Formats: sequence, structure tokens, C-alpha cells
Amino acid sequence: MGSDKNKLLDAYRRMKSIREFEERIHVENTTGEIPGFVHLYAGQEAIATAVCKHLKDSDYIGSTHRGHGHSIAKGCDINGMMAEIYGKKNGLCAGKGGSMHIADFEKGMLGANAIVGGNPPLVIGAALTAKVQGTDGVAVSFSGDGASNQGTTFESMNMAVVLQLPVVFIFENNGYGEGTGCDYAVGAESIAQRAEGFGLPAVQVDGTDFFAVEAAAKEAINRARTGQGPSAIEAVAMRFYGHFEGDPQAYRSAEELTQLRETGDCLKIFRDKVEAGKHVTKADLDQIDQEVKSVIDSAVKAAREADFPTKDDLLTDVYVSY
Amino acid sequence: MTQKTIREALNDALRQEMRRDNNVIILGEDVAGGHGGTGVIDAYGGPLGVTKGLIGEFGANRVIDTPITESAIMGAAAGAAATGLRPIAELMFVDFMGVCFDQIFNQAAKFRYMFGGKTRTPMVIRTTIGAGMRTAAQHSQCLYHMFTSVPGLKCVMPSNAYDAKGLLIEAIRDDDPVIFFENKLLYDHACDVPDESYAIPFGEANVVREGHDITIVAFSRMVHIAEEAAKTLASEGISVEVIDPRTTSPLDEETILESVEKTGRLVVVDESAARCGMAADIAGLVAEKGFSSLKGPIIQITPPHTPVPFSPPLEDAFIPSAATVVAGVHRLLK
Ligand SMILES: Cc1ncc(C[n+]2csc(CCOP(=O)(O)OP(=O)(O)O)c2C)c(N)n1
Ligand SMILES: [Mg+2]
Repeated sequence: MGSDKNKLLDAYRRMKSIREFEERIHVENTTGEIPGFVHLYAGQEAIATAVCKHLKDSDYIGSTHRGHGHSIAKGCDINGMMAEIYGKKNGLCAGKGGSMHIADFEKGMLGANAIVGGNPPLVIGAALTAKVQGTDGVAVSFSGDGASNQGTTFESMNMAVVLQLPVVFIFENNGYGEGTGCDYAVGAESIAQRAEGFGLPAVQVDGTDFFAVEAAAKEAINRARTGQGPSAIEAVAMRFYGHFEGDPQAYRSAEELTQLRETGDCLKIFRDKVEAGKHVTKADLDQIDQEVKSVIDSAVKAAREADFPTKDDLLTDVYVSY
Repeated sequence: MTQKTIREALNDALRQEMRRDNNVIILGEDVAGGHGGTGVIDAYGGPLGVTKGLIGEFGANRVIDTPITESAIMGAAAGAAATGLRPIAELMFVDFMGVCFDQIFNQAAKFRYMFGGKTRTPMVIRTTIGAGMRTAAQHSQCLYHMFTSVPGLKCVMPSNAYDAKGLLIEAIRDDDPVIFFENKLLYDHACDVPDESYAIPFGEANVVREGHDITIVAFSRMVHIAEEAAKTLASEGISVEVIDPRTTSPLDEETILESVEKTGRLVVVDESAARCGMAADIAGLVAEKGFSSLKGPIIQITPPHTPVPFSPPLEDAFIPSAATVVAGVHRLLK
């Protein structure tokens, strides 16, 4: 039973870390110290966490412009991420990439991606590596509902089926691509139904329910790992914030915005479920809340104090040779 | 006359041309925004607000929100243009050209020639360019040099609101595919803009400032950087002529060559590329056709040959500044 408890606490810690990270950036962003665009993942934490729970460091994920949650779930260093978002030299990408390009290949995190539909072709490439080298590696592509309409995504699904690649396509349907609703932009009944048309086993799950995503991901990742080919999962969960920080969100009604956190908060839903069970107490979870808060506090403090890169860094790493 | 920002001037141009010709349509991502949501339609009016209000006047049949699907957007614009519409396709950031390049450079650009002069493709692609917003390598490029090198495409990059309106109207009326590059940092830049409709012909450079010691050719936002440098240099007694070609394809060679004939010295300021970019192109032109009037080497001021970095000190060092232009001029005069 101890291991069950630890698994639940681990999952909660991951989700809470993402939430706290994003809520904190939402606040810190108003100081003007965070350069560029940030797209927050709050509201969708259960998806990245439940999927990455089944992955090892040697497995791969490809992410999106909304990549902080995927990065944390895949085990990227929180201090390194925060420093990157602040544009600091000790950031995960030496300050050259920022929020939209966080990557850590040692953790199998192949990069956030500022091109919508940019990652699915890359992810099937990583799956190809696993297949050709005969490892049991799995590659997971995270895409939004908007990205699900991109030609690159369709091509990747088809090629994954043709080559029977060990890949899982996760479509996070948060209702909108920027200011355009999924119902308007996706012509099919659902994203899962369309994926099925490519010859992929596909399911739609409630993305606010950690356990539902966990079960679907387990099956799909296991299928990939055992050489039975690709799958797709559409996970539905709304984003709490705007498309980017500063988005006035006129495409959402006030009612929708207030309901989000009342009915669609994956953390609340998780807490209610596990607190009703026998392994985990409210005190256990409250303690994690405190611990996570101090982790994020110190990440922000360290990132703010860290040094910027210097002009010399501008000309390095253009090629392997310089 | 009224002061208008580039954003407003572009909106003016779109509205007036859509009123004039029912075949003019707009298509792109969130050009209105709000479809399929719980809030209002026209929630965005274009990601940078340029198309705001147009869906209200012209309806969803002519102001068309698309899925995120750039190849289909560009291809649909090309196909519609070849069959009778005059589409204005919006590509949010020029960097996304990567996703849809085929429809532009293999298809739209080549129809006229490849089909033996039997087609017209009157489409405009409006897109945003430029570094300076800390948006890193995939949201900050200029890339107009790449399109300038493609026969069949016209390339336009206004540096002020007056030009923005007149050039966009010209672009919409032009029968060839035109790519219209809008610098993200210039949208709020304002100047006097007539309310009535007017067109500025392509291939006519604007002499932004007259001078006799040095010619500076600059594009888009770099025109303002060049002007700033010219002011500093004027205080040192150096008289600078600043030329804004406004379109790189077609290019007004004559104005540039005449200016260099007068000044004997050329500096080109270009944010697009260190290699094979507009700076190299203009330098090549003057080296070939204006060699005898040159009193010194041609100076090219460009970013370094690197992707656009994210971190502010790196991005600041990346973008040509007035100080680098002044230093370039000093080098030339030494
Ligand atoms: C090729 C490309 N087209 C457009 C954009 C601009 N853009 C960035 S995110 C986004 C919406 C993406 O929606 P979705 O895939 O649903 O992801 P979400 O933002 O909801 O996480 C758009 C249109 C882009 N970055 N790249
Ligand atoms: Mg979405």
C-alpha cells in the first residue's frame, strides 16, 4: 500500500508543481522581468502528468508553445526552466530559447515548439530511432486541438501507422486555438474520431481526470513499447488563462471563465478522489502544497538573481564547430 | 490630414478595397476570432488588430477565419486568385512560411511563367516580421530576402503609415502575388495619412532624408534606425542621404545608383540576413553598376549569421542599432 500512496503523492506533487509554476509566472509576468510570450498550461496539468508517469528518461516527448507542464512532467529541472524563461545564461537552453523553446534531451524532452504542428514529424523521427535501434523506447507528441488541424500532424499520423512506429499522439483539447473554438476549427466529430480514420486506435478522455488519462496513456504507451504501433488520445481540459499572458479573452464568456476553476480543476478533482480513498490524507497533500511553493519560490528568486548571457554568447552554438 | 498608426492605415486600406471590389476577401487565423467560442466574434480582429471590425462590415463570407493550416490558407488564396477572387491571406508571423512555402514559391509564384502567361494570381500575403519582441528564433525573423529571390513574387515592406496604406492598396490591385511584410515593432508608429484611398506604385524608393556625404539604404524598421544614425552624424557635420526602397521586388535601382553617384559612399542597413540578404544584394548592384562613383568600400550592417536569440542582451546585440550604423559610417570615412 505504501507504494500506492507514494505514486499518488508523486502525481500530486508533479501536478501541483506545474500549477504553482504557472500561477507564479502569471504573477511575475506583470513585473516586466519575463521577456517575450508566455503561454500557461494551468488547467491541463493532469494530462502531462498522467502521460509522462509511464515514460522513462530514455523515452521522448515533443511539446508545444504551451510547454512548461510537459517539461516539468518529463522531469526537466525547475530551476533551469525558470532561468530559461527569465533569459538567463544558466537556463536550460542558455537563455537562447526562452519559454517557447525549453528542451532537455537528457530527459527525453525534445523541445517546446513555437510552430504549431512543428513537433509531430519530429516525434515520429524519435520513434524511428527507437525502432531502428531496437530499443523499447516510446515517443509521445503533445499537440493542441488547433495543431490537430495542421497538415504536418496528419502526415505524421499516417506515416506512424505505415511504419508502425512506437509513438503516441496526445491531443490536448482545451477548447480553443488562440481565439478560435475547437468546434469551429475541427471539421470532424472529434479529434479522436479523425485520428481513428488514419488507422490509429484512438480514445477521447476527460483530461481533468488524472486517473482516466493515466489508464488511457498506460494502454497506448504499452502498445507502442511492445511493438504494436501508434495510438492517439484526445484529452479534454480547459486552459485557465488566456492564450498568452495578456490575452483579453473576449472569445470566452464571463460565465465560462468563472466556471473553469469550479468544475474543471484537475487538482481539485484529484484531491477529492484521493482524499475519499484510504491512502492519502488532506494533511499529506497540504504538506506537498507547502513544499512545492518553496521550490517555486526559490526557483524564481534564483532566476531573478542569475546572470544574463553576454554578447560573446551571441555567436556560439550556431554550428557544432562554433 | 489625420494622424494614423500603421495598424489603422492598414485597416483603412483593407476596408476601402473591400468596399471597392467584392472579390477582395481576407482569410487567415483569427482574422476575426471568436468563432466556436462562448464570447464575442471579432475577439481578436487579427492577432495584431489590423483586421478589427472588418467582419462586422463584410461578413464571415469575406472575412474568413481558418483552422491553423497555413499550407491550405496559402494554397486556397492562390487557387482562388487564379480563378477570380483577390484574396488577402494573413500569415501571422513570417516564420510560419516554413509550413506553407510550397504553395507560395512553387505554386503561386510560378503560375504566370510556367503556364505561358495564361494566368493571373492577384493575391496578397500579409505577414509580420522583425526581432525585438523577445520572441526567439521562430517568431522574429524578417525573411523578405528569401522571397525577393523568387521570380514571380513581389515584396513590399513599408516603414511608415502613409506608405503602409498606399502600398497595401497597390498590392491588392496588383495582378501578381505580393508579399506584404509588416514590422511588428512599427504597428503603433503614426504619421499623417489621408482618409481617401490612394496607391503608391511599386519600385519607387522614398528618399527619406537628403544628404551629400553618404547614402544609407535601409528597409522596414531599419529606416528609422538609419534616420536616427543620420541625426547623430549630422551633429558631427556628416550629411547622410537615407533611402527607403519600400519594395525589394521590384527594386528601384535608379534612385539608389543616383544617390551613390552623388555621395560616393554606401551603407546598407538590413535586418534580414548577413548572408545572401538585401544588404548583399544592394552592395552587388552598386559594385556592378555604380563602381566608378565609389570612394570607399560598401558597408553592410546586418545581424550576425545566427538565429534570433531570446535573451534580451543577446537580442539587443543581434539587431542593428543606430550606434552600429554610426560606427559603420565612421569606419567608411576613416
Ligand atoms: C505554424 C503556426 N501557425 C500559427 C501559430 C500561432 N499560434 C501559436 S499557438 C496557436 C494556437 C494553438 O492552438 P492549440 O494547438 O489548440 O494549442 P493551445 O494554444 O490551445 O495549447 C497559434 C495559432 C504558430 N505558432 N505556428
Ligand atoms: Mg487549444
